[in-house]
Amino acid sequence: MTESKSKRRPWVIAGVVAVVAVFGWLLYGGLDKNVVFFLTPQELLAKGTAGYDVPVRLGGQVKPGTVKWDDKTLRLTFEVTDGKSDVAVQSSGAPPQMFRDGMGVVVEGRFGRDHVFNSTGLMVKHSNEYHPPKPGEKPQEMYKTLIKGSGS
Amino acid sequence: MVSREPPSSWDPPRQGRWPWFGAFAFLFLVASQTVAIVTSPPDRDMGDLEKILYVHVPAAWIMSLTFAVVMFYSLRYLWKGRETDDLAAASAAEVGTLFNGLTLLLGMLWGKPAWGVWWAWDARLTSTLVLFLIFVGYLSLRAFVDEPERRAQWSAAVGILGAINVPIVYMSVRWWRTLHQVQSSPDTVAGIYVLSLRANAFAFLFVMIYLVRRRYEAACLDRAADHAEQDAALGGR
Repeated sequence: MTESKSKRRPWVIAGVVAVVAVFGWLLYGGLDKNVVFFLTPQELLAKGTAGYDVPVRLGGQVKPGTVKWDDKTLRLTFEVTDGKSDVAVQSSGAPPQMFRDGMGVVVEGRFGRDHVFNSTGLMVKHSNEYHPPKPGEKPQEMYKTLIKGSGS
Repeated sequence: MVSREPPSSWDPPRQGRWPWFGAFAFLFLVASQTVAIVTSPPDRDMGDLEKILYVHVPAAWIMSLTFAVVMFYSLRYLWKGRETDDLAAASAAEVGTLFNGLTLLLGMLWGKPAWGVWWAWDARLTSTLVLFLIFVGYLSLRAFVDEPERRAQWSAAVGILGAINVPIVYMSVRWWRTLHQVQSSPDTVAGIYVLSLRANAFAFLFVMIYLVRRRYEAACLDRAADHAEQDAALGGR
């Protein structure tokens, strides 16, 4: 019994390797670079009419100077840019704490025929940078000044 | 064939000075967490939220390392057929699953205030969850299969299968467009944060080594008891 089993082991290994390879191919081979969590403004605009009124995520940078917040109606508007194209976004409700000018964002919603993106969900996309504030800056307070400064 | 050693030659590993190492590991963890929290200034974007860096990132790193250990012992088991390699792989898988769960949990706690959402089905988060589920499956498999040799072979297969996902999880933020940011490097992280992060990564490493070692000792004792029981049932020696 011992002998027959020790002869079997290479087959067991070969079988395992084959199963692993097939599984990996099935799981990840089908995915390619097109698996994206969000579209850039340029990609969304390139879709033309196919991009209207379908649930989609749009990601990019909050274009500096475009943020408008109305603290009475809780309406937030801004533009998302990828450096090439801009898309106007309209959202309601308070944004996440880290939302500010120049920050990365991903918005969920639909792109209307009026070329305004109606956001039903707003996510902040953080960069891979971590730094203490420069002298004179205070952490976190930029958000407050943004909201106060651009209110009504 | 898995060598079914008689109990006399089966020598379970001794705990030796490992409890002392464990005490050191946990003290080192407490010390490096304290230093990190006390000395690091708030981040300019996320303020004190930045301190989750010191647990989320080490948990993810050590998770990857622990699954690499699973890969190593699983391959060696298939190669040499030694039961102790199977037990070592299983011990590492338990601890790896723990760190994997921690990575997910701490990431969610960070995601809510930083991103505004607890969870997003992007490639990084999804692949990390897949990794977790594979190893939960691995542990369930071990609990369900009673025949030791069969259990060891199947476990080795699933362990290798699972560990293959680790580089995919790591590269997911580069291969696919995700909500999760790409890897930071010392160039993108202020020096004072890097130092604390490294200290905590070592703390997590020591805790991982300690936990894997103790689980391995326990697993060996368990198997030794099984062997003794079998031998007694076969008429004793």
